[in-house]
Amino acid sequence: MKLPSFEFLRARSLAEAWALHSDAGGDAVYLSGGHSVVPSMALRLQAPSRLIDISQIAELHGVELQGETLRIGAMTRHAEVLANPLIARHAPLLSRAAPHVAHPAIRNRGTIGGNLALADPASEFPAAVLAMRAELEVMGPEGRRMIAADDFFLDLYETALIPGEVLTAIHVPLPPEGRVFGFDEIARRRGDYAMVGVAAQADMSDGVVSDASVTLFSVGVTPMRAAAAQDALEGAPLSTDSIARAQAALATDLDPPDDPGFPAERRLQLARVLLGRVLTRMEAVQ
Amino acid sequence: MKVMLSTTVNGEQVQEAVLPRTSLADFLREDLGLTGTHLGCEMGACGACLVLMDGVPVHACLVLAVQAEGSTVETIEGLNETGAAADLQARFHDRNALQCGFCTNGMLMSAQALLEANPAPTRDEIRDALSGNYCRCTGYEAIVDAIDTTARDRAARTEAAK
Ligand SMILES: Cc1cc2nc3c(=O)[nH]c(=O)nc-3n(C[C@H](O)[C@H](O)[C@H](O)COP(=O)(O)OP(=O)(O)OC[C@H]3O[C@@H](n4cnc5c(N)ncnc54)[C@H](O)[C@@H]3O)c2cc1C
Ligand code: FES
Ligand code: FES
Repeated sequence: MKLPSFEFLRARSLAEAWALHSDAGGDAVYLSGGHSVVPSMALRLQAPSRLIDISQIAELHGVELQGETLRIGAMTRHAEVLANPLIARHAPLLSRAAPHVAHPAIRNRGTIGGNLALADPASEFPAAVLAMRAELEVMGPEGRRMIAADDFFLDLYETALIPGEVLTAIHVPLPPEGRVFGFDEIARRRGDYAMVGVAAQADMSDGVVSDASVTLFSVGVTPMRAAAAQDALEGAPLSTDSIARAQAALATDLDPPDDPGFPAERRLQLARVLLGRVLTRMEAVQ
Repeated sequence: MKVMLSTTVNGEQVQEAVLPRTSLADFLREDLGLTGTHLGCEMGACGACLVLMDGVPVHACLVLAVQAEGSTVETIEGLNETGAAADLQARFHDRNALQCGFCTNGMLMSAQALLEANPAPTRDEIRDALSGNYCRCTGYEAIVDAIDTTARDRAARTEAAK
């Protein structure tokens, strides 16, 4: 379907973006890659009177080491997330998630910032930033805020962003030596949204797990931290036993929706199977 | 209100006033008469509308024409003119990799971009590159064959030229 009419404005700076947004009295939407905005307007899910193109604002670009963190600009496109060597080295969950995000051509336009700001519960990057305990850098007319990923995803397509604020970057704490990572999803077709997905990391010293971080996606209205599963892994070697305990703990962590054709019990079962696979692979690379 | 757009399409500088709601696909088809860029789903799902923008495949149905400001766009007509994909097109033909042809231009865009980035892809990598291209009549085996054979031909030619 063709899009409804709107006014198109390009912001050259954050200050200009905020001004253009506030001028529109709430009836404006920022445009990054456009690969969620454009289809949703075509479907008449939204019809803002103004689109503000923020893709050329300098602060949103670049991937660089800043002290103890890797700063990934919000405009970094999925294809760049997949290919960037700094991301592969310091934020490997993102490079492992990227091949599962849509198809190659969509990855050429979609941006990590747009993806996180949209907060689709079936989306891969939100679960990855949650698992990495990343912080999201957000800038608005009131200044800069750093929001922990754990506090960013609030509800279905709802984030801690205040209208007008721009998500400018993702800050990933640099991983210590010996951290292991796991990512996978079960989808109906290659490139399709996940039926269930897992992103996990854990530190291994003397073969014992500490700081286990396990998140799941496509199991509820937001990506979710599996706190009970994390606890089940803590302080023991990764083993068939501890993995089984983590799988069992998912019943405490998750309360998946009961969709017609995809009952909650089946989704929970798939989550257990997938978590088992991911943790077993992490055990193998230790 | 219309906005001035200046972009390069198939090597030619284009300046046109466009409505912001116009997709790149509609701009190419309706304003420039380049109807080789097909429209199927208009949702990013089928891949019929793929064009190369700044050298990489993108869905022309999901890009607003105004977003192509300052970019270079190449459509199937451009590939025809330069002959860059002539061997690929010939292989699609002799491997029966098309029937109605509706998906073919998008397939060629994906294939051409894949072979530029990865001259010796495995069949799995070819399938992955085509995961966003639907074909409703041919089936994918012949299409993968055509791309696989083109990769081998090109490699053999490069080798011979050494
Ligand atoms: C066919 C298809 C399949 C897809 N499959 C997947 C998939 O498997 N997994 C997946 O994760 N995604 C998938 N996507 C979505 C894709 O990843 C989107 O591109 C992405 O979610 C949105 O990024 P964008 O840059 O295109 O954002 P846009 O569409 O430009 O914006 C999305 C939303 O975020 C807001 N926004 C954008 N940037 C910012 C910012 N910096 N600060 C504040 N707000 C901002 C916008 O106002 C808008 O509300 C798919 C999309 C399509 C069309
Ligand atoms: S028409 Fe663009 S993907 Fe189907
Ligand atoms: S040849 Fe008809 S859709 Fe592919």
